[in-house]
This record gives sequence, structure tokens and C-alpha cells, in this order.
Amino acid sequence: MSDVTAGARLHGGSGALRAGVFVGLFAALFAALIFAIGAGRFAVSPGRIAEIIFAWMAAPSAPLENIDERIVLLVRMPRVLIAAVSGAALAVGGAALQGVFRNPLVSQQVLGISQGAAFGGALAILLGYAGVTLLGLAFIFGLAALVIVGLLARINGRTEIVTVILSGMVVGALFSALVSVVQFVADPNTSLPAIVYWLMGSFSTATWARFWLGLPGLAIGIVAVWLFRYRLNLLALEDTEARSLGVNPDRERWFIFIATALMTATSVAIAGIIGWIGLVIPHAARILVGEDHRVLIPASAILGATYLTFVDTLARTLTSAEIPLGVLTALIGAPVFGLLLRRHFSKANQP
Amino acid sequence: MIGLENASVAFGHNVIFRDVSFEVPVGRTMAILGPNGRGKTTLLRALLGFQPLKTGRRTAPKIAGYVPQHGASQAKLSGLDVVVMGHAAQIGLFGQPGRDDLEAAEEALEIVGATHLAELRYDRMSGGQRQMILIARALATGSPALVFDEPTSALDLGNQAKTLDLLNMLRARRDRAILFTTHDPNHALAAADDVLLMMPGGHEVNGTVEEMIVPEALARLYGVDMRWVDLTGPESGARKAVIPAFAGREFS
Repeated sequence: MSDVTAGARLHGGSGALRAGVFVGLFAALFAALIFAIGAGRFAVSPGRIAEIIFAWMAAPSAPLENIDERIVLLVRMPRVLIAAVSGAALAVGGAALQGVFRNPLVSQQVLGISQGAAFGGALAILLGYAGVTLLGLAFIFGLAALVIVGLLARINGRTEIVTVILSGMVVGALFSALVSVVQFVADPNTSLPAIVYWLMGSFSTATWARFWLGLPGLAIGIVAVWLFRYRLNLLALEDTEARSLGVNPDRERWFIFIATALMTATSVAIAGIIGWIGLVIPHAARILVGEDHRVLIPASAILGATYLTFVDTLARTLTSAEIPLGVLTALIGAPVFGLLLRRHFSKANQP
Repeated sequence: MIGLENASVAFGHNVIFRDVSFEVPVGRTMAILGPNGRGKTTLLRALLGFQPLKTGRRTAPKIAGYVPQHGASQAKLSGLDVVVMGHAAQIGLFGQPGRDDLEAAEEALEIVGATHLAELRYDRMSGGQRQMILIARALATGSPALVFDEPTSALDLGNQAKTLDLLNMLRARRDRAILFTTHDPNHALAAADDVLLMMPGGHEVNGTVEEMIVPEALARLYGVDMRWVDLTGPESGARKAVIPAFAGREFS
């Protein structure tokens, strides 16, 4: 009888419950955004934030006279928004990769995409490039890392999950070493500090210019995966089964790979490597809405945006100096993931 | 129609089968029998286009309703969700299942008599229930060909009977070409019109059930003596079954 209720939770009668979950997620995201814009050494109340934003929307080109207007609109808004969109992109990318690889333990970092993108970005800084070129190189090497993993793991026309993860670790290590090489040859007075500072990962350099630089890559990736959300259910089947249903897994997987590489590279380019989001958030979203990618993808996006907005705010407000964001996401992510893992396996082993 | 023409499959020098030809027209059901490891699954894979042919040609619709031995086993989706996947080709790359797709899935569930499984979670179903869902999914593809990989091998006797009844019901509709593999000749007697025997040592023969399911041919197929036995069916009709001579026990 418990089967019937479990099934009902997934279909038909579940509509209201699911809608409730999404309302809750949106409310949490909204609260996180307001909290993030208001919090800091110069605190701004939610009412004042609304006032400033409405005034700005009414007259976008009016000069900003008050200090709190400048802080909200020029300093915190771009930072908060770019953190939110990055969080959404990293979470969506992680959820998509986990679906395609049929394994809840893969993520952008496990597959070496982040490290590849980091090498591309470091190389760009070494050669004196910034902006779009840096982003482009990060994308090219992030995608290259993924292609190498795909080729290494494909043995006799079959791609085993274990070989994918092991190949990802190898490729990730290779690109980490290449980043060290770049650092080794970089000029210790000019490009080396820039590379090191960039790699530590932070949204502290966020400006509207950076926001607009990063938005297209992140948004295209999120929308692409979102459009593909039902197809992900099919790609999560065994290859033979998927092919018998008219799906071409070998080809269609690349759609997800390219979208994920684009999102990961963009987020690495604007804020360095921020780990754990792509691993932890989809897990949490699965607990909330289940495994159907049609709802898992949007839920991951909202949850990822909320989480990274919140963590970034902690990073800049907990202490007087800013804590590197990657450190904080790992400090929170690792124990949470450990708990989720235990929960996952203790449930899976129940009859 | 679904079939192979002079088809061969080899992995390197290891020839799995050579020059196999058969065809299953719409309206007929063929059973493929062979000992373990003789390449029944490879033959199905080749037929469905998942395994490149070394020589020969295959004839198959673009999408065949394929029922795998174990499918989608970890999907935490409802039965209906799994059946709707049968309509994947109609849904398209960026599409979402709509009313038509749901209706096709519900109709398929009704044909196999598994409407009550629509809301259950697939990963919590029993083997027999999953089988029904996977058969419904194959029907939902709308394909004129149905291909079953060992549909009865993992099931208990009650579920075997259910599956054979279902195969027979689909056969009686005479609107599809149906192919299934099995290692029990009685399943071919129960639900097939034609039989392909994959003989040990590597040649294949095919013909009608009456020609192929005979003790002599089966003895060569499996290397054990086979006997006809007479029995009374569930509706007290006289039936014939073919069983290995080692079956049963001597009573003094």
C-alpha cells in the first residue's frame, strides 16, 4: 500500500504539493536576494532596498546621490545577481551531468571541466588577455577537458561510468598541473598575483560590466539544459534502451556537455573555481522534488541561486576580511554531501 | 516487417553468427531459441541496429518496440512516466510530453492490462510489473514491430503465464511483427507461429512451430534428449508439451 502513496506523490495528486515546493523555493530565493543586498558593513533595510530599486526602475539614468543608492545599485546588485545566476548555472550543470552519466557522484570538478577552464583562464592572464578572450579560452579548455575524458573513457565503443570518473580525475590532475606550470612561468611581479588572486575564487570584483560579460554564457547554458529537460530523462536510460526509443545518446549527450562546459567556464572566468555546488544542490533538489528532470532542473536552478547568493553573502560579512568563496562552499558542502550520501545509501538498501 | 538477410556478426575473429536470413512479416510471431551464449541477444541487437553487421542487411522499422530484459531499473519515475517514454520520437529533442503522448501511453497500459500500475513508482515494482510496463512502453512506440529479449527468463511461473498470455493476445491481433527470444521450447509452442533455432556450432534453421519444435531438432539444439508429453490444459483441452527427458523422477 505504501507503493500507491509513493506513486501518487509523483503523479496527478502531486501537482499541488509540487507547486507548494516551488513557491517555497522562490520565496527562499527572494529572501536570499534581499538579505544579500541589505547585508554588509553598510546595512540597508529591505524597505529602503525596494525604494531604491523602484526609484531606479522609474528613472534608470537619474544620478545616484545617496551613498546607500550607490552601494545597492552599483556594488551589491551586480555581485548578488551574478552570484545567483552562477549558482543556478553550476547546479543545473551538475544535475544535467548526473543525469547523463546516470551517476549522482559526478560534477564539473570530478570530470575535470573546472580545472580545464582554470587552465584556460590562467593561460589568458599569462598572455595578457582579459574579458571575452579569457572567457573564450576558459571555455575552450573546459570543453577540451571534457572531450579528453570522453575519449579516454570510451573503450570498445562503450563508456563505463567508473572509467569516466577515473578519467575525469586524471584529466583534472593534468590540468591542475598545467595551471601550476603557467604559475611557474608567470612574471612574479605582474601576472602571477593576478592568476593566484583570480583562482582563489570570489565575486568581490563583480561590476555590471562583469555581470553582462558572464550573463550570456550562463543564461544560454541554463536555457539549453532547461529546454532539454525531458530528454534528460531519456538519456538517463541504458544506451540500448534509449536508442530503441529513437534517442541518439552518443550525439545528444554532447549537447549537455557543451552547455555545461559553457556554464562552468563562464563561472570560472568570472569568479574562479567554486566547487561543490554542482554536487550538493542537485541532491538536495532531488529530495525535494524527485528525479524527473522536468522538475529537477528548475528546482536545482532556484536552489543553486539561493544557496550561492547566501554563501557569498556569508563570505563577505562573516569576518572583516573576505573569506574565499571556494573555501566556504567546500566547508559547507563536504559535510552536507556526506550526510546526503549516507541518507542515499541507507534508503537505497531498504527493501 | 522485420528480418535479416545473409547477416553476419563477428567480434574480431570470433564469429557470432554467419549468413543468417529470416523475416517476420506483420501479423506473425517468431521465437528465437538457442543455448546460452549462442548469440541470441547479439542477434537482436544486430536486428535493431545496435550492433553493426559484418555482412548482409537488416530490415526493420526506424523504431522497433523493444522490450529489454532489464530496463530503466533505477528510474524513480511512475509507471506512466516510463510508458510515455515510448513516444520519445514523437516528443522530439526539445519537446515535453503532451496530451497525445499521455493518451498513447494510457492506451498501451490498457492493452497490457496494467492501468493500475500507472501511478506506482517503477523502481519499487516487482519484476513482473516492470515487464508489463516495458511491454506497454514498446506498444506506445506505435511501431509495427515488437522485439522481446528473453521476456520470460527472469519471471516466476505465474508471471511467465501472464507474459505468454499477453504475447498470445498481441499475436492474435495480427497487426504487428513480433519476435522474442527464449530457451524454453514450450514458450514457442505457446506464443509463436515461426521458430528460428540457433544450433550449436553455428548454423541457423527456421520454419513453422510444427516443423521446428520437434524432439529431434531440440535434442540437437540443447544436447539433451527431448520427449513429447500429453497433458490437460487449464480449460481441460488436450495439449502437448515438449520437455527434456531428464525431467521428473523415477518412482518405484
